[in-house]
Amino acid sequence: MKDASSKMILSSDELSVIFHRICCQLIEEHEDFKSSALIGLQPRGVTFARRIQQILKESYGIKDLRYGELDTTFFRDDFRRREAPLNPNQTAIDFLVEDAKVIFLDDVLFTGRSVRAAMDAVLSFGRPARIELVALIDRRFHRDLPVQANIIGKRIDSINEERVVVEWKEQSGKDQVMLTQTPKTDG
Amino acid sequence: MAEFGHKHLLGIKGLKAADMEQIFETADEFLGVLNRPIKKVPSLRDVTVANVFFEPSTRTRLSFELAEKRLSADVVNFSASSSSVSKGETLTDTINNILAMKVDMVVLRHPHPGAAHFLSRNVHASIINAGDGTHEHPTQALLDAYSIRRSLGAVEGKKVLIVGDIRHSRVALSNILCLKALGAEVMLCGPATLIPPPVSQLGVLVEWDLDKALEWCDAANMLRVQHERMDMKYFPSAREYSRQFGLTRERLERRGRPLTIMHPGPINRGVEITTEVADHEQSIILEQVENGVAVRMAVLYLLAAQNKN
Repeated sequence: MKDASSKMILSSDELSVIFHRICCQLIEEHEDFKSSALIGLQPRGVTFARRIQQILKESYGIKDLRYGELDTTFFRDDFRRREAPLNPNQTAIDFLVEDAKVIFLDDVLFTGRSVRAAMDAVLSFGRPARIELVALIDRRFHRDLPVQANIIGKRIDSINEERVVVEWKEQSGKDQVMLTQTPKTDG
Repeated sequence: MAEFGHKHLLGIKGLKAADMEQIFETADEFLGVLNRPIKKVPSLRDVTVANVFFEPSTRTRLSFELAEKRLSADVVNFSASSSSVSKGETLTDTINNILAMKVDMVVLRHPHPGAAHFLSRNVHASIINAGDGTHEHPTQALLDAYSIRRSLGAVEGKKVLIVGDIRHSRVALSNILCLKALGAEVMLCGPATLIPPPVSQLGVLVEWDLDKALEWCDAANMLRVQHERMDMKYFPSAREYSRQFGLTRERLERRGRPLTIMHPGPINRGVEITTEVADHEQSIILEQVENGVAVRMAVLYLLAAQNKN
């Protein structure tokens, strides 16, 4: 993803600091996570959510952390408005959401439409006590809906033609966040 | 996601293995939806579907209706017995009248082979064939193949036996086309009068001895004897049919290894399958019914995506 039109916003070291800071903020709010559940939003929020889950367990000794992954495809508002059908991803929530404090994790908060779909989708699993949102990157000033994150990794100002690409060492060998000029929108 | 590329589902003929795989992968997610406390998604909230049935049907119609409602579509039901068909209205006129009420998709069951194809050329809506005479019943074949996939892990390379009334069965033809396209081996077994010779052109094996056929297969689909379509005697009696081609506990025990037992329903208990085999732990007959809703949701979802706003 290195070309003249892309620049790095966050390096691996900076991301590591952000992950730990997000974990500390979560612990401050949720303590032992007994009544809370982490839910990664498919497809791109899942790697971020798994990383946060791993750090909470390994570095901060949180046990019995409820963790799930939620696909919002069938709840999106752009179905039948796109060229190709939306491909569903796997949903894996094997606990009761009823009365739980649900924490959504997504990599980029952009228009807010994915988060709206996720709020609809999670209600199929019961009525949560409340829903919070953790976004690694907040592309502020691009919101189509009144959605704000509770915890943010980094806020960036970008224009519509720019694209935020979050790379993970699991997939590309390196953790980093890039801003590119590709004229394509993300979630 | 790759584009589905079909506006209608008229038959298995015309679908590629990749299309079926796309339907199955989508159905996997819908099966997950069906097991949630709230079994409904809003995907088709701006779509109206007409279920137009010119032949009696209970389970197919119920399965389609549930699939449509789980996807939040608006549903209207139309049956020939309560319609103007008896007053001489043509099929195209009947459907165009329904479409004039802004219907986007039509699920059609009709006694004449080719009715769905005919309609797809004459009206604008997406047509889903829910059975046209003795021709095809694509969603049943898809749900059977999907049930085999879930029960045996895959369809490719599996040996599937279809037993019984092949001549009058639209399920048989669609099943053969579907299973062959997905790489399974197919064998037919039944009375010689009910297996028309041209089936050999479809690349299937034919075995007249049910015990030998059961020895060969991984899954057995026991078709219903369709008394209502029989214009003459094809076999001497139901009792003789049952002795020769009925799946019994004794036959299952003689085989000695697990068998995936299937039936498209409705069952003639004691004819093509005994009660104890139909309710056997190796029977996936009720799973087929559950899978049917998920597969039909997948078909409706993928076709609706083609029918853009």
